[in-house]
Amino acid sequence: MGHAETAADVILETEGLTKEFRGFVAVKGVNLKTRRGSIHALIGPNGAGKTTCFNLLTKFLVPTRGRILYKGRDITHARPADIARLGLVRSFQISAVFDHLSALENVRIALQRARGGSFDFWRSDGVLRDLNARAVDLLDAVGLADFAATPAVELPYGRKRALEIATTLALEPEVMLLDEPTAGMGHEDISRIVALIRAVSANRTILMVEHNLSVVADLSDTITVLARGEILAEGDYASVSRNPDVVQAYMGSGND
Amino acid sequence: MAAARDIAEPKGRMAGAAGAIPRHHYAAFAVMVALLLVAPLFVYPIFLMKVLCFALFASAFNLLIGYVGLVSFGHAAFFGGAAYITGHTAKVWGFPPELAILAGTAAAALLGLGFGLLAIRRQGIYFAMITLALAQMIFFVSLQAPFTGGEDGIQAVPRGVMFGFLDLGDIETLYFVVLAIFLGGFLLIYRIIHSPFGHVLRAIRENEPRAVSLGYKVDHYKLLAFVLSAALAGLAGGTKTIVFQLASLTDVHWTMSGEVILMTLLGGLGTVFGPAVGALVLVSLQNYLAQIGSWVTVVQGTIFVICVLTFRRGIIGELGRLLKRSL
Ligand SMILES: Nc1ncnc2c1ncn2[C@@H]1O[C@H](COP(=O)(O)OP(=O)(O)OP(=O)(O)O)[C@@H](O)[C@H]1O
Ligand SMILES: [Mg+2]
Repeated sequence: MGHAETAADVILETEGLTKEFRGFVAVKGVNLKTRRGSIHALIGPNGAGKTTCFNLLTKFLVPTRGRILYKGRDITHARPADIARLGLVRSFQISAVFDHLSALENVRIALQRARGGSFDFWRSDGVLRDLNARAVDLLDAVGLADFAATPAVELPYGRKRALEIATTLALEPEVMLLDEPTAGMGHEDISRIVALIRAVSANRTILMVEHNLSVVADLSDTITVLARGEILAEGDYASVSRNPDVVQAYMGSGND
Repeated sequence: MAAARDIAEPKGRMAGAAGAIPRHHYAAFAVMVALLLVAPLFVYPIFLMKVLCFALFASAFNLLIGYVGLVSFGHAAFFGGAAYITGHTAKVWGFPPELAILAGTAAAALLGLGFGLLAIRRQGIYFAMITLALAQMIFFVSLQAPFTGGEDGIQAVPRGVMFGFLDLGDIETLYFVVLAIFLGGFLLIYRIIHSPFGHVLRAIRENEPRAVSLGYKVDHYKLLAFVLSAALAGLAGGTKTIVFQLASLTDVHWTMSGEVILMTLLGGLGTVFGPAVGALVLVSLQNYLAQIGSWVTVVQGTIFVICVLTFRRGIIGELGRLLKRSL
């Protein structure tokens, strides 16, 4: 593969990304390259800076130093709502649903955004009914068709995560950033989510933080190991898991 | 799948289901209109008009606190600011009542835009404090500015003739005009809550970071909601001036901001009919307890405490829970 082609293959890239919180360096000079169409996992012990990285990439935090490039375009100073419009949509480590809206309404809020601005306060919400069919399709895709009318707050945890993915998918993002999509789930839910992530990764890029190493091994094309804010190792599962530094970092923190 | 599509349209139970207005809202609205149509036969109309003005004010306030989750401590500025503008334009500039009220409403909207631009990025208590501080500035302007009449306020504001044929000097005509203004404002608020815009507001209230991550510029939505709420509070304040022929410092005082919060909480935050009921209860109390003088505030305070401790959803909120309907 030629050099130029490799550059075009990278959809999301950071250069020397750094974030300091009052002197404490949470993310330190991270150079991350995520290839278009791949599933890229970000792993590392607790407090390694994974969520902070996500917050930087999605503009929920402003980097202290460094640049972020999305499709070769500098988005370091873009605003979080703009990032979503460019096709970069995230989920949160703590499940993020609209609690007192039904599952259908949760997904429809995303569809409503995709339809354009919604400042039309004088119009009846009957116009939103046009979006219901698509919303039900999306719920169906994540196994939630029977829960369309259930308020999100009443869904079991695993279903909430599925709802979150359906909502994210409604925006048809090019890149999905998932922060611990299987955290706190039982076996059954995990295999459902893994299958789901694999299915939705077909024509998009996924960057995910994940603690469950079997999920990581199962899904990812590339793994980046973060420890104390710095990249410790990078590669496929086999090479990363054999890396002595990685073993050391995980042993040292008593994690996993 | 067909089944899923059916349950996706819950029959009015779930707040926010798009489309048809739930039947119990029609019923409750019909009852409210019927009561208001016959009420002047039994109750002093000026009292009723006071209730209607405050019911509109509280409903406007509820749009913000109940559906966006923004707590403003400065809504007296919009209510009172509009009261002064309506009073001044009607009395000094000789505006007919419809234009005077419109001028008051527009002024409140502009004021709301100003407040909103300064406060909307702040969260929680900081938002509340900024709105309070700005409202206090409006209070001092009202105290000092020459056109507001200082401690006296603007008195003897002419009621005038609306649209050139409705003589508001006639108390019955005045009542039905005020009723129409209230119902118009109430229905507009209902529509806002049940519009595509209203659905986004609810999403922001439920989970703001998630709304942002879906690409919503939440500040713009909050700002529009704030301006709409301010304008409707102004509509209430301007109408009040025409009814009482008076705009005074009481209207812009911070206690007015407190009262509207109390009405909304008492009636039921985030309910359609709650704020109006809260206004009715509080204005009645103030009227019938007027003879006990300053003890009214003690009674109000006690009600507030009881409300917060025992029925947090407010009168209509608790009623809705019993009936398993969102009212
Ligand atoms: N807003 C903040 N202010 C100060 N320190 C912070 C802030 N956010 C994160 N940190 C610190 O930065 C470090 C990295 O946190 P981060 O949440 O990114 O870790 P993580 O890799 O996601 O961990 P986990 O696996 O527990 O989710 C931690 O030591 C944390 O305490
Ligand atoms: Mg984390």
